[in-house]
Amino acid sequence: MVSSNSIVEKYLRTDKLPHIWCPGCGNGIVINSLIRAIDNAGLEQEKTVIISGIGCSGRASGYLKFCAFQPVHGRVLAYATGIKLFKPELHVICIMGDGDCASIGGNHLIHAARRNIGVTAAVLNNSNYGMTGGQYSPTTPEGAKTRTSPYGNIEPPFDICDLAKASGATYVARSHTYKPRILTKYFQKALTHDGFALVEAMCDCPTLYGRLNKKGAGKEMLMNQKDRAVPLEKAKNKSSEELEDKFVVGEFVNKTRPEYTKQYTKMIEKVKLEAD
Amino acid sequence: MSEYFEVRLSGSGGQGMMLAGIFLAEAAGIYDDKNIVLCKSYGPEARGGACRSEVIISEEPIVYPEVQEPDLVLAMTQEACNKYYKDLKPGGIMIVDPEYVREIPDANIEIFQVPLTRIAREEIGYEITANVVALGAFAAIVDWVAINSIRKAILDRTPQSTDALNKKAFDCGYTYVINNYKEKARKIG
Amino acid sequence: MGKGRVAVLSGNDAIAEGALAAGMRFFAGYPITPASEISHFCADELPKYGGKFIQMEDEIASMAAIIGASMAGGKSMTSTSGPGFSLMQENLGFAIMAEVPCVVVDVMRFGPSQGVATVPAQADVMQARWGTHGDHPSITLAPSTVEEAYHVTVRAFNLAEKYRTPVIILSDATLSQMSEKIKIPDPDSLEILNRKKATVDPQQFKPYQDDGTGVCPFASYGDGYIWYTTGIVHDETGFPATGDPDKLTIQINRLHDKINKNLDDIIQVDEYMTEDAEIIILAYGSVARSAFAAADKARNEGIKVGVVKPITIWPFPEEVIKKVSEKVESILVCEMNHGQLFEKVKETVEGKAKMAFLGQYNGKSIKPDKILAAVKEVSSGVFQ
Repeated sequence: MVSSNSIVEKYLRTDKLPHIWCPGCGNGIVINSLIRAIDNAGLEQEKTVIISGIGCSGRASGYLKFCAFQPVHGRVLAYATGIKLFKPELHVICIMGDGDCASIGGNHLIHAARRNIGVTAAVLNNSNYGMTGGQYSPTTPEGAKTRTSPYGNIEPPFDICDLAKASGATYVARSHTYKPRILTKYFQKALTHDGFALVEAMCDCPTLYGRLNKKGAGKEMLMNQKDRAVPLEKAKNKSSEELEDKFVVGEFVNKTRPEYTKQYTKMIEKVKLEAD
Repeated sequence: MSEYFEVRLSGSGGQGMMLAGIFLAEAAGIYDDKNIVLCKSYGPEARGGACRSEVIISEEPIVYPEVQEPDLVLAMTQEACNKYYKDLKPGGIMIVDPEYVREIPDANIEIFQVPLTRIAREEIGYEITANVVALGAFAAIVDWVAINSIRKAILDRTPQSTDALNKKAFDCGYTYVINNYKEKARKIG
Repeated sequence: MGKGRVAVLSGNDAIAEGALAAGMRFFAGYPITPASEISHFCADELPKYGGKFIQMEDEIASMAAIIGASMAGGKSMTSTSGPGFSLMQENLGFAIMAEVPCVVVDVMRFGPSQGVATVPAQADVMQARWGTHGDHPSITLAPSTVEEAYHVTVRAFNLAEKYRTPVIILSDATLSQMSEKIKIPDPDSLEILNRKKATVDPQQFKPYQDDGTGVCPFASYGDGYIWYTTGIVHDETGFPATGDPDKLTIQINRLHDKINKNLDDIIQVDEYMTEDAEIIILAYGSVARSAFAAADKARNEGIKVGVVKPITIWPFPEEVIKKVSEKVESILVCEMNHGQLFEKVKETVEGKAKMAFLGQYNGKSIKPDKILAAVKEVSSGVFQ
């Protein structure tokens, strides 16, 4: 493994730093894990496209030395589908926030998962819309306060991993920013997985979500993550009451199913053969 | 004015009127090297109820692309007949299938009653060939498109395995008109 | 495709054939009438050429996918009708801002909302100009015959590649559904333009560095260049220029200039019997055909009528219209809408000719006799 410094130089646009993320924000930890995974997986920067959505996590692509871009809100997986299908030899990584992925981009998520197209989705779930001032998102827990749920959120949240699993994703895992090495491991598996892979990283927004819900500063929130995380094996024996205010971590899906662009290539070969 | 003809082929969805339009358009356009425009019923209309395809055949380039006053209307059903004969040019030609079209419009029209469906069913063995029978009848009535061009267009577009059937269907339609409308065949238009 | 051949094709099929000849190798779309046949053709044909067709989950995703494919180096296209075109506006803006070549076909229908699906209308003329938010140019082309649909599509790809911008083709239900005989040229005989590729050392590459032409060289993903872009107004490096008023202005100006400085190359207008005309009928798309027929009839009756048919709708052919307006008495604009291009024509004419408008939005194409009647009214001064 290369040293931290050379990783920074190799993969980060240091001239764009410092980043805009608040003190205590989990985004930096997740991106750290992601680029270590990219390094471990040996992806070439020239052959890797990173697309990020809009919002705090959306800034990530600008800090990364890859073919990278930031299109409009919520559409990264649709852009990724075009890139990957046209040039399957490219690695495509989509960095999304919880709102980007599960709200405005929810339709693209379920269809990318259904097709099992070989792109990696890195979802940074901080339970609210940070960039726009702390509004509730589809992953905000019930009862939580945000700027648009001042009396407590009455909407039940999505479990993004369940959503991806039900939609047909073939690699689905969740960890959190207290466990960056586990995140790296999951990202690495996702990057080398042949099919649609989603890794959800639970991360904190102390500035907005944390403050509004009196969760403490970054450090307290991070410690709290450790307490809230329940490994998949243990969660199986727990009641829903016991799992309240917790989140389950681990690998939910790791299976094989024909990857979309490979299926398309096969179809092309078949069509050409028939035409001859 | 140089030669300019408007043809409307109408029937019920599934009777092959869209395909007959394509045959006729390709016959006149590609094999006779005339200018053509083909317009078809679209969407659900093409699948049920009365539907039509329309072909304009012209020596000169066709500027306005829609049929305004057809010179010939084929009606395979009563509904199509009622719906599509009204703007037929005075003295225009109408080919109807008497099995389905019982009420023939009382107008200044040259009527040809050809049992297209019966011929297709009894002589060819496939009712689905009624559209080709109709083109045979068309070729016997007017000389706007060369007979061989229509034949060629049909055979070029359909699988080789159906060539014999299509040839027979076309010839049966053609022969029926020649035998039953001796006076009028290929004298109009 | 093979060598040149004669075929009977619908307007939709001609657009798809033209796209294939222009080098389209990626199509993403969502089902909608009356544009469906374009996607049918692409689904049938693209795999034979090693190209890719995908039916996306909606038009938003379709537009995103064709931009993605283009960024990876592919010539890409989508097709839709009014409601889908509305959904595409969001990502269309990104393609304009990030300067990604692609072609969007809108087989127009009625609107607002679902409008009327499969009947002739020209209701998206202004949506093609101003549909996506912000200050932006638009290249929009409108063919009126099947043969023209083929060549306009080839040209749409060429303009998209040359100017690194999305190009919109406006068709309508009449043109899309009718078939005509068309001479499909030998693809080798066509002029096909491809985007200017980046050739500098990857370390030195700046994705939006003007090379003096106003159009920057393009580095496809996978070609060895590492670069960043965003839909945020950016500078030559591709990074946001948010805090720099000068750079913001430069980028927006360049987006406009690359089009506005090349109007002669982009604008195409057909004129018919305008030489001695006293009345001009201005019409585009399938309506232009009725206008030609009406002009012929009017001439037979001794009324000096000509036709101006813009094939390039946007950028609007202001110079041509200005010139025409100086020598004629009246201009009759005919459109299958409530008056969209009419307003632009009126503004351009600046009172130099009398203006009249014939709009029809009843699901029927405008018949030549209706235009002729309007011409007569204009001629006798009745038409207001």
